[in-house]
Amino acid sequence: MHRLIDDNQDSPDEMTELLKSQDNDTIIDGPERPNITNLPDVAIIQTSTDGENISSNAAATASSHSRVEAIDPQDHETTHRHRRNEQPDEQRPLNIEHEEIFKYGASHVVKLFVPVSLCMLIVIITIKTTSSYTPGGATWAYTPFTEDKSTNTQRILFSLANTFIFMGFVITATVILILLYKFKCYKIIHGWLILTTLMLLFFFLYSYFSSISASLNRPIDMITICFITWNIGAVGMFCIHWKGPLPIQQAYLIFMSALLALVFYKFLPDWTGWLILGVISIWDLIAVLCPKGPLRILVETAHERGEQIFPALIYSSTMVYMVTAVDPPPREPQFAPDNVDTNMAVNVDETLNEEQRNQRAAIRNNNARRQLIPRSDVPQTATRREPARYVVERSNSPVIDDDDDDEKGVKLGLGDFIFYSILLAKASALGDWNVTIACYVSLLIGLCLTLLLLAIIRKALPALPISITFGLVLYFSTVYIIGPFSAELNLGQVFI
Amino acid sequence: MTIMECAGCTLIAYGVPFSMFVFTIAHHPFRVIISMTSAFFWLLSLLLSSFLWFAVVPLRTQLAFAVPFAVIFQEIFRFLFYRLIKKAEFALQRVQMQELTDKGMVFDRFAVAYASGYGFGLISGTFAIVNVLSDMTGPGTLGIFGHSQDFFIATAFLTLCVILLNTFWGVIFFTSLDKGGIHRFIGPGTVVLTHMLFSCITLVNRTLTPMYTISLIVGYAILLGMIIYTVVLRGFNLNNIRQRIN
Repeated sequence: MHRLIDDNQDSPDEMTELLKSQDNDTIIDGPERPNITNLPDVAIIQTSTDGENISSNAAATASSHSRVEAIDPQDHETTHRHRRNEQPDEQRPLNIEHEEIFKYGASHVVKLFVPVSLCMLIVIITIKTTSSYTPGGATWAYTPFTEDKSTNTQRILFSLANTFIFMGFVITATVILILLYKFKCYKIIHGWLILTTLMLLFFFLYSYFSSISASLNRPIDMITICFITWNIGAVGMFCIHWKGPLPIQQAYLIFMSALLALVFYKFLPDWTGWLILGVISIWDLIAVLCPKGPLRILVETAHERGEQIFPALIYSSTMVYMVTAVDPPPREPQFAPDNVDTNMAVNVDETLNEEQRNQRAAIRNNNARRQLIPRSDVPQTATRREPARYVVERSNSPVIDDDDDDEKGVKLGLGDFIFYSILLAKASALGDWNVTIACYVSLLIGLCLTLLLLAIIRKALPALPISITFGLVLYFSTVYIIGPFSAELNLGQVFI
Repeated sequence: MTIMECAGCTLIAYGVPFSMFVFTIAHHPFRVIISMTSAFFWLLSLLLSSFLWFAVVPLRTQLAFAVPFAVIFQEIFRFLFYRLIKKAEFALQRVQMQELTDKGMVFDRFAVAYASGYGFGLISGTFAIVNVLSDMTGPGTLGIFGHSQDFFIATAFLTLCVILLNTFWGVIFFTSLDKGGIHRFIGPGTVVLTHMLFSCITLVNRTLTPMYTISLIVGYAILLGMIIYTVVLRGFNLNNIRQRIN
């Protein structure tokens, strides 16, 4: 299958051709399909580099990237124009000039605000109500040095050491993942990802319930806990790796990000946490934007192979996975199924009848086509966490004209959720709500800016750097400067 | 008593703004983003004001020094936000309207002014009350050293006043600047003056047994004035209203 890798497509017709050919390539019959469709799910958390280079194949591959990726604009636009505007062919080239300047609109930004806010809300509520998720106590293998040092200098040095060890794990895992992907060991990657989800959903959920019941001082019997954990876990495995209703899958991804963020928050020592946040944003930036970055290589490989699915990055012993919906490019004659995006499980080989098409259109109109790409990390094993980037994915379009079926899915990698929530958790640790709210606003504004950049630049972008920078700056300034001023004002009820 | 009081004060302060959010802002993603961005601008203005307060060490307890500057910085940032919106509007106008409408980025000037004022007000009120609310849930006795016992409830009402005032100030500011002519000076001038008046009146709250009534009455009177000014600015006059009623 020859794929034309060309970012600058001049003719829309060519683009449509590309889409069609991509489509054929990615349709696998029968039993094989679940594998491929599942693979993206276990996507790697990618470093930004991967996301960046998504070009024409991005649409296909995009789903698997956890970074912010812009699906090839022309790709989308062509399809978009093709299906939306019934214009004669000769008018199309004229329209290219006035083509969509913004890939995403305000609604996509808000669609990302809501899950990010929910994740942060879960984390903060858990931290405020239970005491077992506070830092201190046990240390874990990724940050072996403690921070109980006598002098500040020593503390900084040991924190730096911790950070570099942690980043070492992260980088190792990325490299291993890239190698696995390059050598097409999909089964290994897939298996690993399933294993990670398994551990996350069952083990961490169990410990979460235990700590909740312990802190609320209500004993729960083993049978109830096992029953609940088993049910939630099994449904989660289904929803994430196979088909399931979209809101439930989103809820699971949000919840898992929150769980992981809580675990991270518990085990990361104080200064190490801040340093890790800073260093991982820089790593994110490097990995996605530098030409030699691992993620970029990964993306290019995926691009060359014309594969939609992007395998998940694997840490040396931890499983990091990204669940994405693989969206085969829309095919005009058939409705391309979308595992995770649609509310109904769709079979790719189904021929649509009128009613089904209407149904699908209705679903599309009603649902947020948002694809969350979770990245989960099981800390027990070596952790390599790549910040998730989000990928913009073309939503599938039914054959019939949908007036408002213009939504492209926006994806955000779960790693981004996790790091945002970690930042906010650390911000709320002081008990000062001003700090928490200031960090929350700055994180959301960073996300908004990143999306704006993505909409304009249309290349994969790291979602972490801008938000984390804003968050860190505002955190430290609020704690040391705004806080006292605000306290003085509050004391006297002076309203500025 | 404590949770009850906390819930009560929260609802007093946030009841009306929450309804405003649900009915006018929640379903318009563009307005949500505008509100968030203007909240961020307010935070930046507060950062500057705090730097100033922090830098002038001996006057740290004399809030009468820091407050006017805080007001001035806020209004400067409101103006900066207006410039940003203007630039964005200019850029958006070059794009096809169809695309924008589909993406929900409809540029309604009034809505943008409203959302921006709302964002400013919400974050301003939040910073004023949220720590007080969280302290409210804990144990304690109010007014044990002879302080006023109306601290919490006055705070809640003043916060509501601030949020609404900021909303109207935003509308007046942006609409006046858009109108041009003499309004370019009257509108922002009114906003700055009334804001300064309100904030300086609340300085009275710092005495040991403050008379919250002063700041409350002045605040709500200003709010009423702002509402009338906004309505007049938007083109309603008595004839219009009479026609609509009849």
